Amino acid sequence: MNASVEKAINHQQGTDVSRDVTLVEAVNMALARAMENDDNVVVLGEDIATNGGVFRATVGLKERFGYKRVMDTPLAETLIAGTAVGMATQGLRPVAEFQFMGFIYAGLEQIISHAARMRNRTRGRLHCPLVYRAPFGGGIHAPEHHSESTEALFAHIPGLRVVIPSSPQRAYGLLLAAIRNPDPVIFLEPKRIYRAVTQTVKDNGDALPLDTCFTLREGDDVTLISWGASVMETLLAADRLEEQGVSAEVIDVATISPLDRETLLCSVAKTGRAVIVHEACRNGGFGAEVAASIAEGAFLDLQAPVVRVTGYDTIMPYYRNEANYLPKTEDIVQAVEEVIAL
Amino acid sequence: MKQHHDFTVVSARYLDTAGKPLDTLPEMASDTPRLRDAYRNMVLTRTLDQKIIALQRTGKCGTYPSVLGHEVIGTAIGQCLAHHDVFVPYYRDQATQLMRGVSIVNMLLYWGGDERGSAGWERCPEDLPISVPIATQCCHAVGIAAAMRVRDEKRAVVVTLGDGATSKGDFLESINLAGAWHLPVVFVVANNQWAISTPRGLQTGSETIAQKAISGGLPGVVVDGNDYFAVSDAVDHALERAHGGKGASVIEAVTYRLGDHTTADDATRYRGAEELKTAWEQDGIKRLQSYLHSVGQWDADQEKQLQAHCKEMVEKAVHRYLETAPEPPTAMVDYLFDTVPTALQGQREKLARIGQGGAV
Repeated sequence: MNASVEKAINHQQGTDVSRDVTLVEAVNMALARAMENDDNVVVLGEDIATNGGVFRATVGLKERFGYKRVMDTPLAETLIAGTAVGMATQGLRPVAEFQFMGFIYAGLEQIISHAARMRNRTRGRLHCPLVYRAPFGGGIHAPEHHSESTEALFAHIPGLRVVIPSSPQRAYGLLLAAIRNPDPVIFLEPKRIYRAVTQTVKDNGDALPLDTCFTLREGDDVTLISWGASVMETLLAADRLEEQGVSAEVIDVATISPLDRETLLCSVAKTGRAVIVHEACRNGGFGAEVAASIAEGAFLDLQAPVVRVTGYDTIMPYYRNEANYLPKTEDIVQAVEEVIAL
Repeated sequence: MKQHHDFTVVSARYLDTAGKPLDTLPEMASDTPRLRDAYRNMVLTRTLDQKIIALQRTGKCGTYPSVLGHEVIGTAIGQCLAHHDVFVPYYRDQATQLMRGVSIVNMLLYWGGDERGSAGWERCPEDLPISVPIATQCCHAVGIAAAMRVRDEKRAVVVTLGDGATSKGDFLESINLAGAWHLPVVFVVANNQWAISTPRGLQTGSETIAQKAISGGLPGVVVDGNDYFAVSDAVDHALERAHGGKGASVIEAVTYRLGDHTTADDATRYRGAEELKTAWEQDGIKRLQSYLHSVGQWDADQEKQLQAHCKEMVEKAVHRYLETAPEPPTAMVDYLFDTVPTALQGQREKLARIGQGGAV
C-alpha cells in the first residue's frame, strides 16, 4: 500500500476525530463517512478506485470498502451519468465523479432527462438519490476544457439541487447532506481552493443544511454574495473594505438551486446594497438570477443598483490569461466603492 | 499473424409465414397454456393499439407510437422475465408492459398526458417508466444490473430499444460496460427497419445489429421477431445466462414497423405500399394463431371469444381513463423533490389558487 493511501485510510478511520484538512481531504472524509454509515453508498467514475481520483478525492476508498462499492468505470461520461440513474432507482446512493466539469456535458441528457425527472415522472414510485461530483472553475493552470464554471446550466434545471462548497467544513457537511438527500444533487467542487486552506473538520458525520445560504461575515453597509472559489476573494475584499471603514456582509450561497432567497433579501434589507461575485460568465450567469430576485424582493430597500463582479462573456482563456479572466479582490473592492458612493 | 476473433452471427427462425414448423421446435412448444397466453396477450396488445390510435384521432389521447409489428417480441419478453427481474422499456413495449401488470388505464393516462401513468405499477414496481430519449435507457439497465451485482442478487434486467437506438453512444457504452463488468442484462433490439423515416441501411453499415455485441465482448444473435418460438427461445437463453452469472447478451429481433412512427407521422411519405404489404405477410400474431390451429390448440370459437373479451377489457379501461380527473396543478411541484423546497412554496401557492379556480 502506498503512503498516500495509507495516510488516507488512517485519516478516514478515526471516529469523531477533529483534523486540519483541505477542501479535497474533507470531500474524501465525507465520502468515507457516508460509505461507512450506509452500505448503499457506492462511488463510481474514471480513475477513482485504484488511482484514488486525479485530485485524490477518493483515495483509500477502494482499499477500505472494496471494488464492488468503489468502481472504476470505462471512459464514458454518458454512461457514468446514466448508470448512476439505474443504480439509484434500485435504492443505491451512487456518488458519481466527473473528472472535470468540462467533461460533464456528455452526461447532460442523462442528468436532465432522467436523474432530474425520475421522481416526478413516476409520481414518486422511483427516485434518484444520487450525487454527481465535479471539480470546476479555473485558476490551476489546467489545459483547455478544464477550467469552466457552468453551474448556471444546472441551476436552470428543475429537479436538480446544485451545491457548491467553499471551505473544508462546508465541503464535509454539504457532501454528507447531498449523499443523504433523496434527490439528485450536482456537487461542484471549486478546485482552485481544493488545497488553498486547511480548516479543522470534526469527522462526526454531521451534515450541514442544503437549500440554505451561509452568512460568513456580518456587516451593515453592503451585502457581498458569492459561491465557490470566489468566496475567498470576496472575504479578502471584506477585510480590505473594513480597513476603509466599510462594513460588508458576506454570504456564501452554497446551494444555488433551490435558492434561499430569504437570507439574501433579509441581508439586503439591512445593508441596502448588493454586489454579486462569481467566476462564471456574466451573461445568463447565476448572478443574474440573484440580481433579479433582489430586484423583485428588495427593490425598495436598495440604495444603489445591484452590481455583478464576474468573469467575462468569453470562452475561458487558456491559462496564460486566466488570471485576467478571474474576478480579483480589487475588482470587488472597486465595485463596492462605486455602490457606496452612489 | 494472429487471428483474434472470427465471429459468426446466427439467425433463428422456427415457423414459416403460414405457421408451419421449419425445424424441431424448442421445448417450450409443448407448454400449450404458455402459447395460448402469449397469443391472448398479442391480441390484447393489438386491440389496445387500435383503440389508442382511434382515441388520438378523435382528440381523446395525445401523440402515440403504435406497437403494430412488435407484439410478438414484447410478449415473448414478458413471458420470459421473472417477476423479480427488472424491465427497462422504450416506447413500443406495450405488449411487455401488459404482462408486467401495467394497467391499460395507466398506459392511457401516460399517452393521454398524465404523469400518473407511470405511477403505482404494484406488480413490478422496480420497472422503469418508458424511456423517450433514444437509447438512454440502456445506461439505466446496466446501472440496475450493477446494483444487483453490488448486492450479489440473482436477478437480471431486460432492456429494449429500436434499431435507430443502436446508433447512439448510450447503447454502445452500455454493451461495453455490460461486457467489462459481466453484468446480468439482456439487450433486445427490436429492429423494425425504420427510425421514423430513416431505413435500417442508413443507421449502420454492419450486416447485422447483433454483431455489435461482439465489440463489447457479448454474444449476439439474430432472431425472427415475428416468430414467437425464436424470440422466446433467445430471451430464455439470454436470461438463463444472466441469472447464472454468465453475463450479458444482445438479441436482434427483426420485425417491421407496420404502423407510422407515431400518430404524428405519415409513413407513406418515405416508404412504399408494396414493402408494407410484404411485411404484413410476416405478421407474427397470425403465424402463432395458424400454428395453434394446426396443433388443435385454438379454434374459431375461442378466437371469437378472445376478440370480444379484449374489446371489452379495453373499452372498460378507456371509460375509466376518460372519467379520471386531471391532477391538481400543484402536482407539478409536489413530485419534483421529496419535500417542497422553500424556494418553490410561493409558486405552489399560486398553482393551488389556479386549482381552486381563484384569482392568481
